[in-house]
Amino acid sequence: MSLKSTLCAATALGLIAASSAYADSHSPSITIATVNNGDMIRMQGYTDTFTEETGIAVEWVTLEENVLRQRVTTDITTKGGQFDIMTIGMYETPIWGAQGWLVPLDDLSAEYDVDDILPAMAGGLSHDGTLYAAPFYGESSMIMYRTDLMEKAGLEMPEAPTWEFIAEAAAAMTDRDNEINGICLRGKAGWGEGGALITAMSNSFGARWFDEDWNAQFDTEAWANTLNFYKDMMDASGPAGYATNGFNENLSLFQQGKCGMWIDATVAASFVTNANDSTVADSVGFALAPDTGLGKRSNWLWAWALAIPAGTQQEAEAKQFIEWATSKDYIELVAENEGWANVPPGARKSLYENPEYQKVPFAQMTLDSILSADPESPTVDPVPYVGVQFAAIPEFAGIATEVSQEFSAAYAGQQTVEEALAKAQDITNEAMEAAGYR
Amino acid sequence: MARSVTTQRKTINTTIAWIIGLLIFFPILWTILTSFKTEAQAISDPPLFLFFDWTTENYSTVMERSNYGRFLWNSIIIAGGSTLLGIIIAVPAAWSMAFVPSKRTKDILLWMLSTKMLPAVGVLYPIYLLCIRLGVLDNRVALVIILMLINLPIIVWMLYTYFREIPGEILEAARMDGATLKEEILYVLTPMAIPGIASTLLLNFILAWNEAFWTLNLTAAQAAPLTAFIASYSSPEGLFYAKLSAASTMAIAPILILGWFSQKQLVRGLTFGAVK
Repeated sequence: MSLKSTLCAATALGLIAASSAYADSHSPSITIATVNNGDMIRMQGYTDTFTEETGIAVEWVTLEENVLRQRVTTDITTKGGQFDIMTIGMYETPIWGAQGWLVPLDDLSAEYDVDDILPAMAGGLSHDGTLYAAPFYGESSMIMYRTDLMEKAGLEMPEAPTWEFIAEAAAAMTDRDNEINGICLRGKAGWGEGGALITAMSNSFGARWFDEDWNAQFDTEAWANTLNFYKDMMDASGPAGYATNGFNENLSLFQQGKCGMWIDATVAASFVTNANDSTVADSVGFALAPDTGLGKRSNWLWAWALAIPAGTQQEAEAKQFIEWATSKDYIELVAENEGWANVPPGARKSLYENPEYQKVPFAQMTLDSILSADPESPTVDPVPYVGVQFAAIPEFAGIATEVSQEFSAAYAGQQTVEEALAKAQDITNEAMEAAGYR
Repeated sequence: MARSVTTQRKTINTTIAWIIGLLIFFPILWTILTSFKTEAQAISDPPLFLFFDWTTENYSTVMERSNYGRFLWNSIIIAGGSTLLGIIIAVPAAWSMAFVPSKRTKDILLWMLSTKMLPAVGVLYPIYLLCIRLGVLDNRVALVIILMLINLPIIVWMLYTYFREIPGEILEAARMDGATLKEEILYVLTPMAIPGIASTLLLNFILAWNEAFWTLNLTAAQAAPLTAFIASYSSPEGLFYAKLSAASTMAIAPILILGWFSQKQLVRGLTFGAVK
């Protein structure tokens, strides 16, 4: 190819790119950034219904959770204006709301019935009493267990078990010859993976991330008890390589009948009871996440919610979409087409009052789990932060990711629990000092 | 003088080459196989290799859910545009460094390469803010320019290496025959360096096609290429491995086909000057 024709081709490509970018920018539509999970993908399938009703076109940008988090954080902190609606969680919402980066959702219509949102969800998605994101679905964590294996072990799962019982049951259900692990728990590094599980678990052992003066608390007996209990139980009854297992790895093990118990997100209940994917669908029971009798259980609280970044040019249209997607009517629409087990759970009180939904086997336990988590008072001793499996401060994600890496290294036997806790203490105190909290 | 190679040695060498080749290709093969499984089969333990109920359902789902054509078109524009633009800039630059070197040529080459050592995330915010200021976020032209700049050091280095193999006397002869600088580059140097330019072009097209950091961070709905298409099927909360594999296969298929048809050119270019 000659240089001249190469130059022509490059210019032509540039012109095509520029012209189509110009044409695209004039399409009347809203752009929504979201995560790739079942409920969100289902919502994308109903976009045409919304467009038919309102005339507003919708463009979706679907990304993996961690990529999405980085992407929307970059955009909102720089006021990039790429998205009219962002899918964010309970961690980001109060922080971004406080910064003035989100449009307050304080003028939703009467038909929307904002008071129908579960108080735990509304509280976690608000700052100073103002709602900044509407929950699309909410979740807590609970125990999913094999009823047949529990029966075989001669045990009966209480509705609200203790960690002591769980360890005992895990040991009794473990059958290494048949590749059955008594218990599967997250161990993977990452604040939203293994970090979420161990933080929620530590709450029930009386541990906390910070005291009221923002001093790290990893040098306390409560944290040593938490980590030692977790590691001892998983070494005895967990799957091989549990230090690198996250939600998906454990889901896969459970669906293949290789876990006696699994403590994880309540949304997993619909996966493990789906006979198309799960080999144990007809023998799954549910119970509240365990405690140690100190008054706090080890379940977390999370919501994927829709928020509008401040400065969007399409605020009215974005609000219209949020009202539609998080409404009672949307739940009815999904139920009508795909059954009640597939509606987005954990966001509205009315869903749990619906007799049809009450027939779904995990519905009541999901609600009970959500109601037993208190983000305002997550720990036995008082803390200066809000959030159950996280502390809603901007620095937490970075610190907790590093801390969870140290914990995972301890699970994998690369260091002792004491060493991991000592490092966690230093990492956290140094970061908090650098951020000006101490 | 060519060495005589025994049949036994040939067989051993061929076997080793095949094993290494298959090992390298295995992840791609596994992705392709997984794309034809159901989600339950995709996670089965022990893994299913060939004996499973083959299904194309994942491809139908992916096609139904995503606008594959738009992602593909964006990838072609971004990868093609940045590569061509890079070649246009790099040919004269490499010419001057290869045939009219100065005292600082080596330093400049090293400095250019050193820019590749900076982690991309280190300049994410400045570039992002620049794109906002210029109004070119989620814009293919911006990505063409950014990817061209990112790959330019490699393009210049590769072309410089090829050009160094061309005897300067030939260019001198052209000059003595009255060729202008433009004619010298266009009609003498470029035709002689075609294998090198072609392999540089192909390699950079592949690099730009696979680039995921900038293409994910600077695009949204309009300019997103196939890297964003793949990312939309990855999920830490839900087992969608079969669908993800189908999306990955669809994303790598064009570049695999291109690589397959141009492998001779690619190998010839990459080994150009390696053996004297």
